Amino acid sequence: MKRLPTRTLQTIVLVLFVVGAILLALGGFLTPVSSLVMGPVVDAQTWLATRYQAIVNYFNAPQDLARLRQTNQELETEVARLEAEIIRLNQQLSETRMLSALVDFARAQPENRYLAAAVIGRDPSPFLQYVIINRGSDDGLRRGMPVVTDRGLVGRISRVTASAASIQLITDPSTSINVRLEPSRAQAVLQGTLTGEVSLEQIPQSATVQPGDLLLTSGLGGNYPSNIVIGQVTGVRSRDIDLFQSASVQPTVDFDQLEIVLVITNFSPIDSSPLVPTPQSP
Amino acid sequence: MATLLAIPILGILLILQTAIFSDLMLLHGTADLVLVAVTAWALQKQVETAWQWGIIGGLLVTIASALPLGVALIAYPVVVGIAILLRQRVWQVPVLAMFVSTIIGTFVLHAISLVALRLVGSPLPILESLELITLPSILLNLLVAIPAFVIFSDLADWLYPQEIEV
Repeated sequence: MKRLPTRTLQTIVLVLFVVGAILLALGGFLTPVSSLVMGPVVDAQTWLATRYQAIVNYFNAPQDLARLRQTNQELETEVARLEAEIIRLNQQLSETRMLSALVDFARAQPENRYLAAAVIGRDPSPFLQYVIINRGSDDGLRRGMPVVTDRGLVGRISRVTASAASIQLITDPSTSINVRLEPSRAQAVLQGTLTGEVSLEQIPQSATVQPGDLLLTSGLGGNYPSNIVIGQVTGVRSRDIDLFQSASVQPTVDFDQLEIVLVITNFSPIDSSPLVPTPQSP
Repeated sequence: MATLLAIPILGILLILQTAIFSDLMLLHGTADLVLVAVTAWALQKQVETAWQWGIIGGLLVTIASALPLGVALIAYPVVVGIAILLRQRVWQVPVLAMFVSTIIGTFVLHAISLVALRLVGSPLPILESLELITLPSILLNLLVAIPAFVIFSDLADWLYPQEIEV
């Protein structure tokens, strides 16, 4: 029998060992051994890779920093642009809501014709409660036309130029408006005050007035159309020795937040002064 | 030139006042930029057009305000007169003159306004007006007075350059 050469025998043993090791590994029998062997290897490689990455970062940092700064600046610009856009859109939304409310109001009052105007200023004198709007006689506005919002009565036009007009608010101290109380239907006079509030005067003693009662224009005197909402009674002052009762009123319109108003253009005030008897008249 | 300059300057101040400063209230008082401006201008010693500025300021406010006709036309030149008088009396301390002119000027303007409103049938309670409008307005005008004085001092130096002896 011919003996195998030693070299061939070694090769066969090596192949068998490798195949056996592969089969054992595939069968999962070498996992504890491989863990034991690979653990230190992985740790060493992790240590090496971390140091290597740190060195790479150290050399690349200035370049990355410049790039990051540029990116940051671009993002900040974008954020500022988007914030400005949000503010603009919010303003548009607010304006649209306001206009929508005014349109709804105008549709609910088909007998009136309205012209929208923006409030652009207030009277320079602190003694007067007037606002200036950006519409004038060129737009068909005339002195005496009533001005409202969807919330209620604002005032009436007192002066007109070609492109602007001045509105006397119902809170002006010289304002005096004939009003009707609901549900009692009592007549009274609304007067402005120096502080920008309004009060109700000349309420007949016989009238039953309570907080929460609604105030509407009565139309008497011909200066305002009837049935425009003005406000609500908040408190009543009544004394037996007085001829009339008086009341404090909360207007429905917020005069500090006036931005857009509606002018009733098809209403002409009636000048009843010639009909008022004077001491000289017979 | 100095007189013509009053129209754009006081015009811009009036626009600022009606659009912004009338909303910035202390109690119910507001700053009066035109009044402070004509006062500051009248207190500049080299200025010769103070009266014209007073009249132009009065005219502009008359156009913008619903105050009875003539109130601003009378009040602003009167304020200028007071400022010129004080400039002559308190010439060594112009800032003090500015403060005193602003206080007296605001009082005078408000007094004329109250009298005129009373004459046209809209009487306002005087004590309440003083408490809620005039005194807060004086305080606001005093706050504006110093920057206004500095600005108008520079404007006067620019418009009326002083001769330097060599």
